[in-house]
Amino acid sequence: MDFKLTEEQQMLQDTAARLVRDAYSFEAREQYASGEEGFSRTFWQQLGELGLTAVPFPQELGGFGGGGVDTMLLMTELGRGLCLEPYLQSVIYAGGLIMQLGSPAQQQDLLPRVASGQLLLATAFQEPQSHYHLNDVQTRADQDPQGWTLTGKKSVVVGGHQAGLILVSARVSGDSRDDLGIGLFLVDPQAAGVERRTYQTVDGRKGCDLYLDKVRVSAADVLGEPAQVYSALRYQQGRAIAAQCAEALGSMEEACRLTLDYLKTRQQFGVAIGQFQVLQHRMVDMRTELEQATSMAILAAYCADQADSDERSRTLAAAKFIVTRAARNIAEQAIQLHGGIGMTKEYALAHHAKRLVMLSHEFGDDDHHLKAYSALLDVA
Amino acid sequence: MDIHFTAEELAFRDEVRAFLESKLPQDLAEKVRLGKHLSKADHLRWQAIQNEKGWYATHWPVAFGGTGWGPVQKHIYEEECARMGAPRTIPFGVSMVAPVLIKFGTPQQQDHYLPRILDGTDWWCQGYSEPGAGSDLASLKTRAVRDGDHYIVNGQKTWTTLGQHANMIFCLVRTDPQAQKQRGISFLLIDMSSPGISVRPIITLDGEHEVNEVFFDSVQVPVENLVGEENHGWTCAKYLLTYERTGLAGIGPSKAALAHLKRIAGRQMSEGKPLIEDPLFRAQVAEVEMQLMATEMSTLRILAAAKEGGVPGAESSILKVKGTEIRQAISHLLRKVIGPYALPFLQEEMDLDYPGQALHTDYSAALAGQYFNLRKLSIFGGSNEIQKNIVSKTILEL
Repeated sequence: MDFKLTEEQQMLQDTAARLVRDAYSFEAREQYASGEEGFSRTFWQQLGELGLTAVPFPQELGGFGGGGVDTMLLMTELGRGLCLEPYLQSVIYAGGLIMQLGSPAQQQDLLPRVASGQLLLATAFQEPQSHYHLNDVQTRADQDPQGWTLTGKKSVVVGGHQAGLILVSARVSGDSRDDLGIGLFLVDPQAAGVERRTYQTVDGRKGCDLYLDKVRVSAADVLGEPAQVYSALRYQQGRAIAAQCAEALGSMEEACRLTLDYLKTRQQFGVAIGQFQVLQHRMVDMRTELEQATSMAILAAYCADQADSDERSRTLAAAKFIVTRAARNIAEQAIQLHGGIGMTKEYALAHHAKRLVMLSHEFGDDDHHLKAYSALLDVA
Repeated sequence: MDIHFTAEELAFRDEVRAFLESKLPQDLAEKVRLGKHLSKADHLRWQAIQNEKGWYATHWPVAFGGTGWGPVQKHIYEEECARMGAPRTIPFGVSMVAPVLIKFGTPQQQDHYLPRILDGTDWWCQGYSEPGAGSDLASLKTRAVRDGDHYIVNGQKTWTTLGQHANMIFCLVRTDPQAQKQRGISFLLIDMSSPGISVRPIITLDGEHEVNEVFFDSVQVPVENLVGEENHGWTCAKYLLTYERTGLAGIGPSKAALAHLKRIAGRQMSEGKPLIEDPLFRAQVAEVEMQLMATEMSTLRILAAAKEGGVPGAESSILKVKGTEIRQAISHLLRKVIGPYALPFLQEEMDLDYPGQALHTDYSAALAGQYFNLRKLSIFGGSNEIQKNIVSKTILEL
């Protein structure tokens, strides 16, 4: 047992922290968020030039060969800066799916471009009725001699407004909630029949809903076999969850730091409000939540890249549950301890609070993962 | 970074398992699992077995007869003991007064007392709390006045756990009433058979006799029973409190209790199915297991830091709060498993050799009582609110 970082990991952490510190002042973030793309293309290029967008990919595909801990270190720093770039969606989740399901030709074609940051991917696996269940797919994929046509609606595709390609799940056979019979398709958002309704998200990012009307996809743009897709989606969502836990950790640390600073400086009744025991204990509760969340983010990072197993699924569900609960508690307490100033848009804390609450709406909330853990409970 | 035990640590765990499998008496493990009463003789029997192996004093240096184990080994040993149903170690001698003697005692005190702690000759209890001194321990009033070669002690201690078994008590007493609160306190070792000492049981809300009041009426204590310097007892007390707090997360006992919870919720029927299949109940078990998973990981992180030479500081206060909340939550679920059978108060069934047929199951009589008994966890060893004060002051610097 040893929780020390290797020299390389320390370097990775330092590099990412420095980069985020330099590029992501609160004012700069506001500017990126209000721009057309909704993030900083310059920052994204910097991540690419320094090899950070290549971290989880194997070396032969232009990657760095990093594991869960490396991803965790990087995501924590991105979370601390509330960075808007779709690292998690493009590099971790979609990139991971191509690594797992893509043919050698697809991998050779796509992954070096994803690893360099040149190509942005997005994932479209949710539908209005699916409520976090990856097997609940009604979007249809029909085969004909020329390939496939996709018809349906995909919900809340974070980063989908800017993606070069979008990974879309669609039903090729079976009933609407069967685990089997789900196909995975690489969809060009510029293709005929694709319509995007773009919006800003509550936590300052951008996304879109995707309307597909007989969109043609060639056989070369099908990822994997329908029999493998659902388990690959589950597996890669596990990696995304581990990365999201780390991202949340950075944001929680920052929210706690800002709140503690505030308790030490804000004067009321002639003293710093941190002198009041009721506020001290709340701050200790936040710190305790952070401690628990840190432990689970580390556990999640550890099992993210392990072979699929009930043990892995349990740990990731537990991590998402604990981190989601901690994130919401910290967000709510941080606003409360700040008082009125915590409610204002021009203060960074409110933006951390929004991100920390909103992350429960991606990859399943605490109830979803409590249920998942409960189903896998080891009662033997 | 590696979150797994090293090969060495795993080998150690195997060695501990082999020891427990061959040496832990099954009748004792059965009592622990079913929540039955443990007698003084039961505790001493298990102590003798551990001591024979050299594994009783898990955190003393080897020179004094201890194991010299590091924090991770101690954690593994405690967890395996709890998992197998070993009686808990009564801490007052081996884990509380002994470390103080090793740190502050004279060679004569060490030579006299430490072997007697190891072999069970002495059973120690703790004389800290008083009716007017709980969380505010330093406001204690029990007075010790020097009279030639003796101190004359007058006053009252309370919440003295298992004092009814003890022949020795270590006390914090006031030797300088003029000095500032913490400054006038001394650490005294007192023979419980001294004239003027009387012990009165306190029956707790679960009907059990675990704690006592101890009265001192002009008790003569030889001056050589002072540990450290006169009026410097608070230093000993603070040192001891850091010892007491580590391990208070109770990961091992909580894991054992959770396993028991799953076992009995698998046997209790509800709506024609085992209760553990009920989605609402199952989700509550799942939630507490996830909390425990996080707290175990937090514990291991702190232990790993301690292995590198750090001392578990105020982080252990965070663990104490979280760990006791979890243990209490499990005891709440355990009580709920048996439904209406939590109601009958069946103290006679708490003995393993109870001759009659159990009213419901052999484990049910203990569960409601244990739930109430374990309310103590968030009160003793520095209440959870005091722990939060410690975190606030030392980690947050508020």
